[in-house]
Amino acid sequence: MFCKSLTSIFGSHQKFPNNMKWVIDLFTSSLGRKLIMALTGLFLISFLVIHCTINAMIFYNDNGETFSHWGHFMGTNPIIRTLEIGLVAGFLFHIVQGLMLVKSNSAARPVSYSVAAPPPQSTWYSRSMGLLGTLLLLFLIMHTAHFWIPNRANQFAHGEELPLYSKMQDVFSNPLIVVLYVAGCVSLFWHLLHGFASAFQTLGLNHQKYNGLISFVGTAFSIVVPLIFALMPIAIYLKWIN
Amino acid sequence: MKLTLKVWRQKNKEAKGEFKTYQADHVSTDMSFLEMLDVLNTSLIKKGEDPIHFDHDCREGICGMCSLYINGHPHGPLQTTTCQLHMRTFKDGETITIEPWRAGAFPVIKDLVVDRTAFDRIQQAGGYVSVNTGGVPDANVIPIPKKVADEAFDAAACIGCGACVAACKNASAMLFVSAKVSQFALLPQGHAERKERVEKMVAQMDAEGFGSCTNTKACEAECPKGISVTNIARMNREYLSAMFTNYKVEVGGGGD
Amino acid sequence: MKLDSKIPDGPLAEKWTKHKFNLKLVNPANKRKYEVIVVGTGLAGASAAASLGELGYNVKAFCFQDSPRRAHSIAAQGGINAAKNYQNDGDSIHRLFYDTIKGGDYRAREGNVYRLAEVSVDIIDQCVAQGVPFAREYGGLLANRSFGGAQVSRTFYARGQTGQQLLLGAYSALNRQIANGKVKMYSRTEMLDVVVVDGKARGIITRDLITGKIESHSAHAVLLCTGGYGNVFYLSTNAKGSNVTAAWRAHKKGALFGNPCFTQIHPTCIPVSGDHQSKLTLMSESLRNDGRVWVPKVAHKGLKAKDAQSIPEADRDYFLERKYPSFGNLVPRDVASRNAKMMCDEGRGVGPTGLAVFLDFSDAIKRDGRKTIESKYGNLFDMYKQITGDNPYEMPMMIYPAVHYTMGGLWVDYNLSTNIPGLYALGEANFSDHGANRLGASALMQGLADGYFVIPYTLGDYLANIGWNDKVGTDHPAFKEAMDAVNARVNKLLSIKGKKTVDEFHRELGLTMWEYCGMSRNEAGLKIAKKKIQDLKAEFWQNVDVLGSANELNMELEKAGRVADFIELGELMVDDALARAESCGGHFREESQTPEGEALRKDDEYAFVSAWEYKGENQPEELHKEELKFENVKLTQRSYK
Repeated sequence: MFCKSLTSIFGSHQKFPNNMKWVIDLFTSSLGRKLIMALTGLFLISFLVIHCTINAMIFYNDNGETFSHWGHFMGTNPIIRTLEIGLVAGFLFHIVQGLMLVKSNSAARPVSYSVAAPPPQSTWYSRSMGLLGTLLLLFLIMHTAHFWIPNRANQFAHGEELPLYSKMQDVFSNPLIVVLYVAGCVSLFWHLLHGFASAFQTLGLNHQKYNGLISFVGTAFSIVVPLIFALMPIAIYLKWIN
Repeated sequence: MKLTLKVWRQKNKEAKGEFKTYQADHVSTDMSFLEMLDVLNTSLIKKGEDPIHFDHDCREGICGMCSLYINGHPHGPLQTTTCQLHMRTFKDGETITIEPWRAGAFPVIKDLVVDRTAFDRIQQAGGYVSVNTGGVPDANVIPIPKKVADEAFDAAACIGCGACVAACKNASAMLFVSAKVSQFALLPQGHAERKERVEKMVAQMDAEGFGSCTNTKACEAECPKGISVTNIARMNREYLSAMFTNYKVEVGGGGD
Repeated sequence: MKLDSKIPDGPLAEKWTKHKFNLKLVNPANKRKYEVIVVGTGLAGASAAASLGELGYNVKAFCFQDSPRRAHSIAAQGGINAAKNYQNDGDSIHRLFYDTIKGGDYRAREGNVYRLAEVSVDIIDQCVAQGVPFAREYGGLLANRSFGGAQVSRTFYARGQTGQQLLLGAYSALNRQIANGKVKMYSRTEMLDVVVVDGKARGIITRDLITGKIESHSAHAVLLCTGGYGNVFYLSTNAKGSNVTAAWRAHKKGALFGNPCFTQIHPTCIPVSGDHQSKLTLMSESLRNDGRVWVPKVAHKGLKAKDAQSIPEADRDYFLERKYPSFGNLVPRDVASRNAKMMCDEGRGVGPTGLAVFLDFSDAIKRDGRKTIESKYGNLFDMYKQITGDNPYEMPMMIYPAVHYTMGGLWVDYNLSTNIPGLYALGEANFSDHGANRLGASALMQGLADGYFVIPYTLGDYLANIGWNDKVGTDHPAFKEAMDAVNARVNKLLSIKGKKTVDEFHRELGLTMWEYCGMSRNEAGLKIAKKKIQDLKAEFWQNVDVLGSANELNMELEKAGRVADFIELGELMVDDALARAESCGGHFREESQTPEGEALRKDDEYAFVSAWEYKGENQPEELHKEELKFENVKLTQRSYK
């Protein structure tokens, strides 16, 4: 009797693996993997909003005061620091899963066509997410090498942050770096232009009443955020901000 | 008109294939694409050469048997089946490249003929409503809103030709699978098994080695029946709901 | 030979119920000890295989296509009849029965046709339960439309793709049984012979179309659900692969062939565009609900559709409306077809070949608006435009009759059994329910009735009677013998290495059949045809060129075998047409017509089913007659005036 009611609450021991199969499906089935791409993608999009907002503080042109204030908050607040672990995990999932998808998707067609003429309704950037993502990955490596890694390393080593505002001015004094950053933002633009709406489609959020809104917000976001980001190195290099 | 045809020739599944070039003179604009190939084949036979093998049957755009990847498009440049493609679509003197559907899950059998039984196995995994013959309620017992019935029909119009797989850069079968999942997700008759259905069909789709969907929408653009990617979103929804809420119940046997 | 139709006694409406009770049942535990072979996976085959699998029998199903879903049932457009009377317009089982018997020009059995009408209602329920998306009204209930030859709205439809949706329904049921392990599916496999031992069908010989391997399969019963033989005309609306081979090989093993000359010519097909033509495309007959058929009153040679507007209303002859005021454009198919031919014979045909008439929607578009017409016929209009390059919203369509369906087929009794015990024929492959002419939306009905609701009962009776241990294994010498014969034939075809392609023979056969055994037939012509076909057969076996080998995918070889069978069938069709010196339904003998040129039946002499018995290579076949008794309907001359 007692056993029976326990079973009804928790499920019998033998059933446990069966009912947990969904966790495996989430990481291995084609739809589960897409779901991970969409969820981590949207998560990274939310990160972009914060990142972009805080960095845009430099446009106050107050010698980095507002920017540094918020930058310091983000770099030291324990809640934010904890969330940062999630952010790193989000990046890793998105990148690793993305690369694995690229590999398995290209393996699904072992012999390629000699003539390809994709239909105009299918945009080139939607078909190039792997390429755009790889470019973004390279950009990310460079970008974190410039700021995030040395900053966190310094925090670990000495317990205090680096002066990021002056570091920005330093890094963006090199025209080549500025060009690379702008190129990174352009990749981000194309990546978002497809990725934003695509994430909603993957989550099953496709409805003729709201598709227009999703596509409008997606396009606006893909233009505005990379544009603001791109303006930062340009503005610093051209000394609009000083 | 005169055409140059570059056609994929492959003796059998194991053999290595290659393109061969043929001249087709006296092509009438009223011919269908397959009739043009028929005429070419007759001339090949007369020369003692093995005719080009290609799948076809109804030749009215509904059986889904014909295939062919023509000049970079499944079923050619128009959004129709190859059998409904007419030579007036092409220009005199044009070179046309004809390849088989390319996908690991669709191995070439001979020339332009591919094996699409993977699609059947996906349907066998759950593309049905489990009712036996007889003993069903009167057809008008469950009213179905016209809109829903129409949408279900739109999904059910899939002919299973595989153009979606051929068009997709990932050789994904999502449009095909989602069309069937959608049909039964929309109609009340399919609701009893909707969770198991989508789980089993997706699992089989993956097992067959089709790629994943990256929402490029090439499938929708090339589908001869205009099946919409809305169905893919619906399948994603169905799958998500099944993944997070479906559970198994063990049933004891026996009885009185 | 005595032909026993096994129609049960008793009042018409009680025959089937009573018969079902009298049929023996197989114990549920014993069902798994039986094996059943189903050849063909169209509506009849897929529904039969699925239903038998559900009951517990072990089924092997075969199709020559790459998937059961490709069977040509898929191409049926218009709809499926059922006596549901959802429209409250006076329909009933008896009315559907009456319409079908009358439409078939009184050359079908009352008992069979009544049963068909009776189970028609169950089919709709079954299909809806399977998730077939039939058209619906705004209130959510099923929609109906009226269809050629009927004065009630009893046709259920799924846009212009009813056959597709019904087939996919049956295919899904079949898939379920394949997944359950009750049906084993053999696709890209063609049946090349039936094996008969001790007078019973015991199995089949097949060829794997990919590897060329010839194989034996044994079973307690064999069901042929292999469709019709319209491709004997080369040009028809049938799929390119549709063939008579399974039925014909069964015929040569002793199964009688019923009414072979009964062919349906469909009035609304897209006209031939040139010598390259490989098949004809049907435009659903539902188009005649809103389209008006006409030709100019005086001949306009080569009149194009885009110039049709230049003919003023007063100079147009809406010949169906003129001659048949009460049915107008909705006269049965044979009447509509013959009248179109008459117009063209008078020289009033339109289009570059003069072998076409107009089907005009301009009035309907004016009346209902383009949108309504688009929602009803959109896909058909698109298809027409794709094929012809003309836009039917802007100009009339051009149509001409084409071979569409064959009412004839293997002779079967009430149980769908051929005269060989254990060998059954279902759907278009049998001759049973449509008499001399099939009404629109009745083919789907018959295929599914046979597969879902008739064979599960009648086959059980046979199996229960023979017992599960009455089976012959494939090691029996009869299988070896049959395999050797099949192999020999394949090798013979490959060894001729003549000068003419298979298609050339097929085309020639088709021309002869169309010319002399098509929409109208006469004795002199039929005799010419017989001679021509015999010569063609002789030439075929000396001069056909089939390349490639037997051990690979070889589509020319497949075609060659089928065309060889078509040639032999063609001769039998001509024999049958000669023997039936009356006009009835789709069979119009010029010698037998009313003064107004309408078909004249001769009930005293010809109220029978012709059942032909094969007597050996190049021997004349023997005609057996199954007399038709009509106790519930009065035989009248059809009139659609």
